[in-house]
Amino acid sequence: MNSEKHILTMLVDNEPGVLSRVVGLFSGRGYNIESLCVAETTDPEVSRITMVTKGNAPLIEQIEKQLRKLVNVIKVRDLSGDKSVKREMALVCVRAKPENRAEILRIVDIFRCKVVDVGPEYYIVEVTGDEGKLSALLKLLKPMGIKKIARTGTIALFRESA
Amino acid sequence: MKRTGAQILMEILKEEGVDTVFGFPGGAVIDIYDELVKTDIRHILVRHEQGAVHAADGYARSSGKVGVCLVTSGPGATNTVTGIATAYMDSIPLVVLTGQVPTQLIGNDAFQEVDIVGITRPCTKHNYLITQTEDLARTVKEAFHIARSGRPGPVLVDIPKDVSVMEVDYEPIPRIRMKSYRPTYKPNLKQLQKVVDLIREARRPVIFAGGGVITAKGAEPLTALARKISAPVTTTLMGLGAFPGTDPLWLGMIGMHGTYRANMSVNGCDLLIAVGVRFDDRVTGKIDTFAREAKIVHIDIDPTSIRKNIPVTIPVVGDCRVTLQELLKLLEKDGLEVPSDSIRPWLDQVEHWKNTKPLAYRQEDVIKPQYVVEKLYELTGGEAIITTEVGQNQMWTAQYYHFDRPGRFVTSGGLGTMGFGLPAAIGAQMAFPDTVVVDVAGDGSIQMNIQEMATAVECCLPVKVAILNNRYLGMVRQWQELFYDRCYACTGMEHAPDFVKLAEAYGAVGLRATRPDEVEAVLREGLSTPRPVIMDFQVEREECVYPMVPAGASIAEMLLV
Ligand SMILES: Cc1ncc(C[n+]2csc(CCOP(=O)(O)OP(=O)(O)O)c2C)c(N)n1
Ligand SMILES: [Mg+2]
Repeated sequence: MNSEKHILTMLVDNEPGVLSRVVGLFSGRGYNIESLCVAETTDPEVSRITMVTKGNAPLIEQIEKQLRKLVNVIKVRDLSGDKSVKREMALVCVRAKPENRAEILRIVDIFRCKVVDVGPEYYIVEVTGDEGKLSALLKLLKPMGIKKIARTGTIALFRESA
Repeated sequence: MKRTGAQILMEILKEEGVDTVFGFPGGAVIDIYDELVKTDIRHILVRHEQGAVHAADGYARSSGKVGVCLVTSGPGATNTVTGIATAYMDSIPLVVLTGQVPTQLIGNDAFQEVDIVGITRPCTKHNYLITQTEDLARTVKEAFHIARSGRPGPVLVDIPKDVSVMEVDYEPIPRIRMKSYRPTYKPNLKQLQKVVDLIREARRPVIFAGGGVITAKGAEPLTALARKISAPVTTTLMGLGAFPGTDPLWLGMIGMHGTYRANMSVNGCDLLIAVGVRFDDRVTGKIDTFAREAKIVHIDIDPTSIRKNIPVTIPVVGDCRVTLQELLKLLEKDGLEVPSDSIRPWLDQVEHWKNTKPLAYRQEDVIKPQYVVEKLYELTGGEAIITTEVGQNQMWTAQYYHFDRPGRFVTSGGLGTMGFGLPAAIGAQMAFPDTVVVDVAGDGSIQMNIQEMATAVECCLPVKVAILNNRYLGMVRQWQELFYDRCYACTGMEHAPDFVKLAEAYGAVGLRATRPDEVEAVLREGLSTPRPVIMDFQVEREECVYPMVPAGASIAEMLLV
């Protein structure tokens, strides 16, 4: 069976140790975490965790059930597919040699990103988008030399229009 | 009203109906102990904290109530881990109260500080660190609620010393409601109707029950179901007692050391009704050959147990008792009568399997361990509470002692914890002071928590220990005999203590049988002595447990005697 990426989002009690329970479940049972994102919601007692994991359908079903079984997990949903909006942000520190600067700015413009820091030899570019956009951008910037990168991991919400 | 944390804790324990606490004191819980002795809750002072948890566990398994233990921080807390993991694997409701260093010292590597919440996160159903006395009442109540509801399990509550000492205003808390924890008890009736349809079509049905049936107090509807649809019944090790072991429909236990007829029946059935089981590898053998011809119905309260190891035709999430009762109602409404001629050939086949390869051993000049268990069954009339250690002793007990009722067989199934049996027997004896409680032990396992003999003697708990003494770590030796060319690497136990003298040193009674004709007399004397007794049965050293399904083989491929 096919191993596919899934985006799981869950609401959890905003308490110490909850993230550790979720992450411990994944490591203890050998599930894979591709990315992980946590922050408080508008209700200060509740946080949202968004995780990207990989697995075939039965495994994802088992992961969801195991997560629901955790006492501090309130709700779990699989946001894979096109019924949800997905975004990730990255900060990319790219080498900006004088002969490359115009090209970098053009790419930044086409991808609707921003240059947020300019140094004598490097630019830091901020990009937001889905996975496809991020990897396309990185592919173009790579030849110039990427010094550092920080990615947030995917976050997602169900479309209200769906 | 102003109360200290320790006083509030006592209020909650009383409210939750706790009559016994198993524990061992220390600095971090001294304030709690100071209050505990002012209540009428009985405290059993063990000799090792692992013993406290197993004793609370034996108390819980035999009585169905929540077992409670109390230990100090640091080493007291870490000593509970094996006990907690044992209870977790077998879904046993426990509340483990651990002391912790004062809140302002947490994280500073204080004396006897250990992150027990972190350590036990993967082996508890849930756990808590209380950081202020105001939270104590609610937290402990939640702990009891979580431990006993849904699929039960151990819950640990870590209580820093200042939390027990601080005084706060205390108001009793009415009911616990948790937004993120709501187990499903009632089954989906549409799913159950599909089960009725499968039962109607089945010609070779088998019921396969596990510990979940015992936990849910579902033995009665399970038995009714089996009789109504004339389905033979097998159980897992944990399920023994969920169906009468003397009933004609009884197949015996399934799995690695299951009976020939149980394994063959599951292998050949066309409908497997699995209730309160989790398809453990010791049960299924090679997973893709398990019940290959069968449609599988799986009833369990824990959704994660369903489709974890095996695909099923009809999953039903619900409490085993409630679900079986609903199923019986639907069968009633449906007016389903199983025509006896349609199922007769199957029952004949099962009968044939039963008669071709029954459990067997030959009693010669040396005592056979199976003979000891058989005699024990006979002399106790099947009415004793039997705990076991782990290894061959455990399997022979499962095979040769027939359990007619739940709560009579207390064994560490999922974790297989050597050293479980004696403290568990102490806990069971606390719950049932007037019942004969026997730990069927191995010479290896008994040495892992032998110190609890002192507890039994001190508390006048007349538990009996029957050691099937083969002077080997027998089960491991059996694997070495069968699969490792008889290379008995590190499994000889030549230098055990003299168990009779050891019993006497503890102030208990020690008895020994070295010849088959002494077995009955020793058992009679041991069982009728109103004090703790160790009986040392010097058995055949290289006896093996049969049938045996080699690891990784299909359960139909058994090694037989
Ligand atoms: C704490 C622990 N350590 C190791 C094992 C592995 N083990 C399983 S059975 C067994 C042998 C037990 O020997 P004994 O208690 O003498 O029982 P016998 O099999 O001889 O009846 C061992 C070492 C275990 N189950 N538990
Ligand atoms: Mg032995």
